[in-house]
Amino acid sequence: MGLFGKTSFASIIHRIFGKKHAKIGIYGPPNVGKTTLANRILRDWTGDIMGSVSEIPHETRVAKWKKDVKVENGNSSLFMDIVDTPGIATKVDYKEFMNTFGLSKDESKQRAKEATEGVIESIRWLEDIDGVLLVMDATQDPFTQVNVTILGNLEARKLPVLIAANKIDMEDSSPATLKSAFPQHPVIPISALTGYNSENLYTKMVNHFGKRRRKKRR
Amino acid sequence: MTKKNEGISVNLVSRQKLDEFSSDEKLKYILKEVQKGKVLVLEHGLTPIEQTVLIEHTMKEIKQDTFIGIEIEGYGEDKLSFIQKILGIIKKPRMTVIGPADLLKTVRKDSNMIQTRIIPGSGVK
Repeated sequence: MGLFGKTSFASIIHRIFGKKHAKIGIYGPPNVGKTTLANRILRDWTGDIMGSVSEIPHETRVAKWKKDVKVENGNSSLFMDIVDTPGIATKVDYKEFMNTFGLSKDESKQRAKEATEGVIESIRWLEDIDGVLLVMDATQDPFTQVNVTILGNLEARKLPVLIAANKIDMEDSSPATLKSAFPQHPVIPISALTGYNSENLYTKMVNHFGKRRRKKRR
Repeated sequence: MTKKNEGISVNLVSRQKLDEFSSDEKLKYILKEVQKGKVLVLEHGLTPIEQTVLIEHTMKEIKQDTFIGIEIEGYGEDKLSFIQKILGIIKKPRMTVIGPADLLKTVRKDSNMIQTRIIPGSGVK
């Protein structure tokens, strides 16, 4: 063995050139496809899935995570802890679950209660992550206050962010609108459902989240 | 919550008043007023970190039959010129409107205008 053991030499290289491990949070408003994307990533790289998906908002009400997901990009790779967070919202109305989705009153109230707790949990996770995959619905107006607030928060914390413009398999999607709305961040059009453009997303994830950065805490 | 026959208060809150508060005091003031059923227009908005804390506090305050959360829209922080950055001038968030989610609805927002609608009687019953 030389002056530097193989491991320590590798760690020096990583310290200079980039990270080998990062905790990545999947964030966004409810119903933009965060869990569908988490499932896509896990299915492609581990053969597993993260959780159930539903058209009813706030299906994910407790953060779920998978450790040490190795995502490769040619000769480079990055181990990621993928955290699928509950959707962030400024309001939760149990009557929406009843009137729009036909849940019973008790189910709706319970779902709403858990959803509020989920939003709090998502926000708290921001303290403990290294980067964010911010999922937006490419069929919707991107200038929602939740999107703007999350992005502003990440910028203030100097956390690296990739915007996944999801649902581009849908006819009325407009990833170009998202790109022009947030030109300061990389925007990757994707369909988490079909997997369209996921390879490009993985390349960007390894490159973007693998960079060495100094993050700012509150 | 304000009774319907008493009308709905829309309060324009000056920059000076907001500057008198600490960040915590400001968020408590806003949430308390909004829970009373008032709509606030802040001359000097909230930073993204403050907005996130406000969302967190709002979630803790949700009472399913009386308070379902907030509607909030505003413009981001002013962009600083190179000279302002050198002089250490702090970015200031701009105008923001906040109200109870069962009363205040955002109709449209672009870089020049935030269009909202106050819908009396649409609240949680």
